[in-house]
Amino acid sequence: MSRFLVTPQVAAKIRQERIAHSVLALILVSILIPLLAIVAYLFWRAAPALSLDFLLSSPTLGMREGGVWPAFVGTLYLVTISLAVAAPLGILAAVYLTEYARENWFNKAINLAVLNLAGVPSIVHALFGLGAFVYGARIGFSVLSASLTLAIMTMPVIIASTRQALLSVPHSYREASWNLGASRWQTIRRIVLPNSISGILTGIILQVSRAAGETAPIMFTGAVFYKAIKPGTLFPYALDEQCMALSMHLYTLSTQTPGVDESIPNATAVLLLLLVFSVNSVAIAIRMLLRSRVR
Amino acid sequence: MQRRWHKLSEALIESVIRVCGFSAVIFVLGIFFFVCREAAPLWSEPSFHWTEFLFSIEWQPTSLHQKRYGVLAMIAGTLGITLLSMLIAVPLGVGAAIYISEFCSPRLREILKVLVELLAAIPSVVWGFAGLTIISRLIVRYTNADVGVNLLNGAILLALMSIPVIVSLSEDAFKAVPDSYREAALAMGATRWQTVWAVLLPAARNGLIGAVLLGFGRSIGETMAVLMATGHAINIPHSILDPVRTLTANIAAELGEAPAQSTHYQVLFLIGVLLFLITFSINLAAGYFIRKERHQ
Repeated sequence: MSRFLVTPQVAAKIRQERIAHSVLALILVSILIPLLAIVAYLFWRAAPALSLDFLLSSPTLGMREGGVWPAFVGTLYLVTISLAVAAPLGILAAVYLTEYARENWFNKAINLAVLNLAGVPSIVHALFGLGAFVYGARIGFSVLSASLTLAIMTMPVIIASTRQALLSVPHSYREASWNLGASRWQTIRRIVLPNSISGILTGIILQVSRAAGETAPIMFTGAVFYKAIKPGTLFPYALDEQCMALSMHLYTLSTQTPGVDESIPNATAVLLLLLVFSVNSVAIAIRMLLRSRVR
Repeated sequence: MQRRWHKLSEALIESVIRVCGFSAVIFVLGIFFFVCREAAPLWSEPSFHWTEFLFSIEWQPTSLHQKRYGVLAMIAGTLGITLLSMLIAVPLGVGAAIYISEFCSPRLREILKVLVELLAAIPSVVWGFAGLTIISRLIVRYTNADVGVNLLNGAILLALMSIPVIVSLSEDAFKAVPDSYREAALAMGATRWQTVWAVLLPAARNGLIGAVLLGFGRSIGETMAVLMATGHAINIPHSILDPVRTLTANIAAELGEAPAQSTHYQVLFLIGVLLFLITFSINLAAGYFIRKERHQ
């Protein structure tokens, strides 16, 4: 039976494997626990202030009481307008990169630019927005300037996601379409884009989530500490006006406003988290749906 | 007639697509141009000296008698925070990625990946708020620091923020290694850990370096979290419990107060140029390693 004897080397090997396994699992747990604990703590501290009324009412008493409605609406504004700019640009840019571009130095430069655009610090985007839109194009401190800054900052998210989706459409689909006499653009519009719609949607959703949470780029281009809006109006801000935003509101509440009850900034943070999480969950759901369909 | 119309519209759409494709290049150049343009008047400004800017620790932009624009202390603050955060985040992030990609069941892997993705989506202002209210209190309670907003706080926050990024990029790097490598190692009697250590880590090396560099670049550029949680003191830190100020936080803190076109305002834009150049070169390096990985 000597064949089944465990030699010391093999025993050491197995021991090493067990140690590695448990250390790695421990690392994962040690990352997840503080992250989840922080999120849970924010929810717990926010509980006293969280209500539908908190979402739907305006701040009062120098932001020490009341809700976040103007900031919430402002965030919706910024997200919608930046999406309206970034989505067509980003999707078409991805179409160019996958369907038209050849392997040459110029397209390498485009790829590098996309990577770098995603890596430019958010505060540098803010400086750019201030220099280019607020002063350069004389749009002034406004919803429009802030949205344009956000759009440029978040465009790489849409490009990356769309490009992946376009690449996953089999080349034979395109060839079949070309053989039927369809032009390049007809093929893209009728075959390639419809087949990658879920990837494009994912990109759009991730862009929304990024844009909703950003603070630095809007701080100096169009978001303000406080702006009263009429309750009950659906479109309270004009494009050339400044607006409030949830992310900015959280920053102001927690650093510039003395004497606020802690539950209010906590509730604002939780609202922002809920917004981002729910938006991202939609993206995850779309992806899972798609994968089960592929199977 | 109709055919010509088709041809014309096709050409029109193609050129629109082409312009959109170039837009990323235009935007990157545009960012550099506009940020430089606002800083440009400093060339001929007598009260501004390049050596002072880069090598002095004195930052007194609003002083009446002796204005000083030295950013060395902020460079030190930025480097201190990012290096400490990387020291925490890289081993944890790569370790977690190894576990997720090689050791756990497919079902658990799906759950963990979703969790990592959600954690990566948390906005930086929420992290800053958590640093201000939660981590700073923990630091005051468990160390002898006077204030909880300091280098350590910022480094912990940046580590927590960059771990999800490093985990998902490293996981991609491991996934890019062909399964035949794993099969060959297992067939020779290697355990999973031996496979990871001797085969996967060397094979995924370029992707991992790229992941770490991208995480590093993001950390240097991170603004809101360090603005809220590092304490705003402009000095070279001597211990990890010293409050510091980073380049990004300095711009965010003072841009609102600096009158447009003043020297102070222009110097803040020059710091922006500096940040752009630093992150640009880190991203170029990361791109190089990631491309190299793909070509293998």
